[in-house]
Parts: sequence; C-alpha cells; structure tokens
Amino acid sequence: MEFVAQHPVLVVSVIKIAVLLLLTLTALAYLTWFERKVIAHIQSRWGPYFVGPHGLLQPLADGVKFLFKEDVIPPASDKFIYLLAPFLALSLALTTLALIPIGPTTIHILGYPTQLVIANSDIGLLFLFAITSIGVYGVALAGWSSNSKYSLLGGLRSSAQMISYEVALTVSVVGVLLLSGTFNLSQLVESQQGRYWHWIPRWHIIPQIVGFFCYFVAAIAETNRVPFDLPEAETELVAGFHTEYSSFKFAMFFMAEYANMITVSCLATILFLGGWLSPLSASWQWTHYIPGAVFVIGGVALLQDTVRKLRGLHRVVLSVVCVAIVAIGYGCLQAWVIPVIEGPFWFLFKVFLILFFYVWARGTLPRFRYDQLMNFGWKLLLPVAIANLVVTAFIVMVLNR
Amino acid sequence: MVPISYYLILSAILFGLGVLAFVFKRNIITIFMSIELMLNAVNLAFVAFSRMLGQLDGQVFVFFVIVVAAAEAAVGLAIIIQIARNRQTLNVERVNTLKL
Amino acid sequence: MSVELILFFACAILAVAGGVMLIFLREPIHSALSLILVMISLAVLYLLLGAEFIAAIQIIVYAGAIMVLFVFVIMLLNAGEEERTNFSRIAKFAGVPLGIFLTLELAWVIHGAIGKMLAAPSGAVSTRELSLLLFQTYVFPFEATSILILIAILGAVVLAKRDF
Repeated sequence: MEFVAQHPVLVVSVIKIAVLLLLTLTALAYLTWFERKVIAHIQSRWGPYFVGPHGLLQPLADGVKFLFKEDVIPPASDKFIYLLAPFLALSLALTTLALIPIGPTTIHILGYPTQLVIANSDIGLLFLFAITSIGVYGVALAGWSSNSKYSLLGGLRSSAQMISYEVALTVSVVGVLLLSGTFNLSQLVESQQGRYWHWIPRWHIIPQIVGFFCYFVAAIAETNRVPFDLPEAETELVAGFHTEYSSFKFAMFFMAEYANMITVSCLATILFLGGWLSPLSASWQWTHYIPGAVFVIGGVALLQDTVRKLRGLHRVVLSVVCVAIVAIGYGCLQAWVIPVIEGPFWFLFKVFLILFFYVWARGTLPRFRYDQLMNFGWKLLLPVAIANLVVTAFIVMVLNR
Repeated sequence: MVPISYYLILSAILFGLGVLAFVFKRNIITIFMSIELMLNAVNLAFVAFSRMLGQLDGQVFVFFVIVVAAAEAAVGLAIIIQIARNRQTLNVERVNTLKL
Repeated sequence: MSVELILFFACAILAVAGGVMLIFLREPIHSALSLILVMISLAVLYLLLGAEFIAAIQIIVYAGAIMVLFVFVIMLLNAGEEERTNFSRIAKFAGVPLGIFLTLELAWVIHGAIGKMLAAPSGAVSTRELSLLLFQTYVFPFEATSILILIAILGAVVLAKRDF
C-alpha cells in the first residue's frame, strides 16, 4: 500500500491498462464472431452455430486452435524480423487504444480520481497518427522477411497503399481540427456539444460530411479491409503478407487487424460523431435510462428466444448469460451508476455502428484492382479531401471575422 | 534535469556515426540513409538549443529540415530507382561512368 | 539519478546503438530498421525536451513516411547484401579515425562552450505558440518550402516515369 500511496498515477494507470487490455482482447475475439455471423446472414447462411449456443464459444475454440497449431518458421526467412513483425503489428495496434477517451466522467480507482482514458495528451490526435503511421512496418516487414514472392508482393502493396491513403486520411481530419481548434481528443468531443435549432446535435459530421466520407474510405484502406484488402487478396496472393505465418503469429496479425478497426472506428466517433455525447436532448429525463433499458430489454428478449428455441446444456448456459445481462441492465438503472455509464454507452454504441458498416461493406463490395485503388486514392479521394479542407478553412475564416 | 550539453554531445556522436556510415557504406540506399541520420543529429541539436535559449525558433527550423528531408527522400529515391533500372546495381563503385 | 536522466541515457544508448548498427549490418533493410530505432528514440528525447509537436511529426513524417519509402524501395529493388570492394579498406583506415576525430572535436567544443548548463525552466511549450511563429514570423520560408515540395513531387514523377 505504501507503493500505491507514493505512485498513485502509476498504479492507477496499470490498473486501467489491465482492464482495457482485458476488455479489448475479449472484444476482438467477439468481433470475429460478430463479423462471421453478419456476413453469413448477408449471404443467407447461419455462420458459426455448433460451438456453444449461437456459436458463441467459437472465438474460444479458434483461440485454442491457434495456440495448438504447429509453429512453422520458414528456413529461408530472416528470423529476427520474421518474429518481430507480428509483435510490432499487434503492440502498435493495441497502443493506440490508450489514447482514446471513452467518457467524460471522473471515476475513483483505489480512492484516486482518474479519467476514463489512459493517456490524455494535448496533442493526442497527432500521437495517434504517429503510432498508426508506424503500423505499416508490421505488414511490410512480414512481407519482406518471409522470403516468399506472394508475401513480398503483399508487403509491397500494403506499404504503397497505406502511404497513399494516409495522406487522404490526415487531410480529411484537418477540417474537423479547424472547426474545434484543438488536438486533444477529449476537447475535440467537448467542442461538439450543443444543438442546431435545439434538436440536431452539433456534431462535426454535419458540416464535415465530405470529410467523414473521405476519412471512412481512407480508414478502410488503412486497415486493409474489403474492398481495399489487396495486401491479403486470397485469390491472387494466397494470403499476401501472412502467407508464411502460422499458429499464434498468424493470430497476432489477425488481432492487429481487428484492433486497428476498433481504433479507427473510435477515432471516427470522436472526430465526427460527437464521441460520448448523447444524440438525444439532455433535457429529456428518460434518455438517462436508455443504457439500462437496452440491457434489460435485450436480456429479456434473448431469454425468451433461448427458452423457445434451444435445448439441453445450451439452454441452461444462455439463460444464465441472459440473467447476467438483465442484472447488468438493472445495475445501470441505479442513480449513481447512470452518469458513469451513459458516456461510455453512447460511445461504444457509435463505435459498434461503424464496425457494423465495416462488416456490411465486406459483405457487399467486391475488391478493387490495384490500378483502380491507386487512381481512386490519388485522383479522387485526395483532391476531394483537399477541396473540403479549403472550403472549410474559407468558411471558418469568414465566420470568425 | 538533463544538462543540455548531454543532448549536444549525443547529437555530435550521431552526426559522427552518420559521417562514418556515409564513408563506409557501398549501397546507394544506405548512403542515403546515413544522410538522414546526419539530418536527425542536427535536428536534435536544434531542439536542444531551442530549449536552452527558451525560444521556439529552433523547433521551426526542425520543421523545415523535416520538410526538406521529405522532399529530398522523394527525389533521391526516384533517382535511385532510375539508377537501379539502368545499371542493374546499387553499388556506388559500379556507378562510376557517366555513360551507360 | 532522476527519472529524466535514466530515460535520457536509455534513449541515448538506443540511438547510438541504432547508428552503430546502421554501419555494421550488411542487409539494407536491417540498416533501415536501425535508423528507425534512432528516429524513435530521438522522438522520445524531443518529448523530454518539451517539444511535443516536433516529437509527433518526427514519428509521423520521418519514421512513418520517409522510412516507409526507404523500406518500400529496398523491397521493390530487392536490394540484397552489400558487396565489399577494395575502396572499403581505404574508408576503414582513413574514414574511421577522421570520423572519431570529428565526433570528439565536436563534443569537446560543445563541452567547452556550454559545460553543464541546465535547460531553461520553461517546460512544455504549446503547439499554438509554435504555429503562431511558423505562420507569422516564418511565413515566407513556409511558403517557399511548399513550392519546394511541389518541385520535388514533379521531379519524382518525371524521374520515376519509365521512359523520358
């Protein structure tokens, strides 16, 4: 306890990091389940169904499979870089999450007040871009060190693609920065408070709809997702940069990709969708009960579905889960929990929506050809982003005068 | 507090390493990288001086150095690609004639 | 020893190690990685010096864009291990002493001129002040660099075209 008293910031930060890491890794696992389910339903299939009720234990089974597979290191590879690449990819992808603020309230851990963010930096956005810009190395080095032509092509493509789209990504964000005048992510959210005509929330997506479009497209390309997944195009490059990776190192690339998706969605929420601000007017009292009500109603609905359709062990397990969800919802309805849970709830809700768009795009769009990708990035996306920036700068200047 | 002269000595060491790499290396790309190392060393000195004098001008110069380095990298790497295409080698020893 | 001093020495050692590895590793991509190591440890040093903005753009532009270009070109040209030629030996006998001499001389001059002076107490400076300086006092050089970048882009495009 003496150590805690001497270094409260350090201890509290470590606790927050541990909690964030635990939650993120679980969320990553269930994001794969979510993606497979949604894609399956888009394609009129059932998706994972047999491991656990509704395939809910599938991520666990996948994890066990990855752990127990043979770990192959190609003899002609550059061992050090080959091992370094997945670590680099995953650790950088997880580091960015430390900068994301998920709520406005100050909570108390071990009696010390602290914010719902690990590192609240004055130039948080720049640091976020700094960390994501190094993320390219994970992919590029994996492609190079595997000593395989498919991997090399995948690595080459990804480094070219990520550099090209990073420019559009950064430029599309500058419009928002002009409107709010800060790099600090918490202050960026605070600057979006208020309403137009008392009911439309004053989020940056409304004046910056073009910027949001550019950001979202560039973000999909940055995270190497469909329709910009050329670095890992199965049909042409086998699996691109991770062709030679197996077992847990492959899983690390997989997790890095999903962690990047989450980061990019969080950033979109903070920059354009008002972060943790509620879309409904704060003067309506009943909106404070939405988080709890959603959990309670969702839990009860799932319980009814479980009792009707499932049999045997699955029925028991899922019923227990449903009761737990209802209990969480009941907890969220308590007066002292509401102010803490409300911000994170809306934040995670918006992030979830964007992630759903990601998956939807994957289920809908075909892959770009390489020349189309480059033409789109340089000849359409970047000019549109720059035009948006110029117009925004002009309007901000006129309004400030 | 770290004395400013430590930063400057580190900057000098890095600059010296850059010079050594420039003399040692035979590959055009790594020679180019050693120039970047020297530029980085100079940047460190600029930031350290800016801190010592309590003025921000040094940081503005670092900004300009980084911009120039980016422009230089774009042109330099394009030239390197041309050399590699025309001579099928990256060794500066073999790029010793004006004619192909 | 204060935390700052420990952090300084850790980063300084990493930076020097990166510089040494840049010289001694033969594979160009290893050299590129060691240069990235130098750049990232320099970014941490900039943070120690209170230059947050410079630290961020050091990583975004240097480590995240310029070095990615280097790695890209190394991969594109499939640059293998460096070959040793006769000239290398001359470099060893003339270059090493001269390089070490240059370093020692610089260190000596700096130590003589500045000694153990501590940094000015004005700690972290805001990005706002930096931007005011950049867009008011130094606005002409700023515009000049934008033209420089434009020329560089044109030059790169012309050079990289296959036939001209």
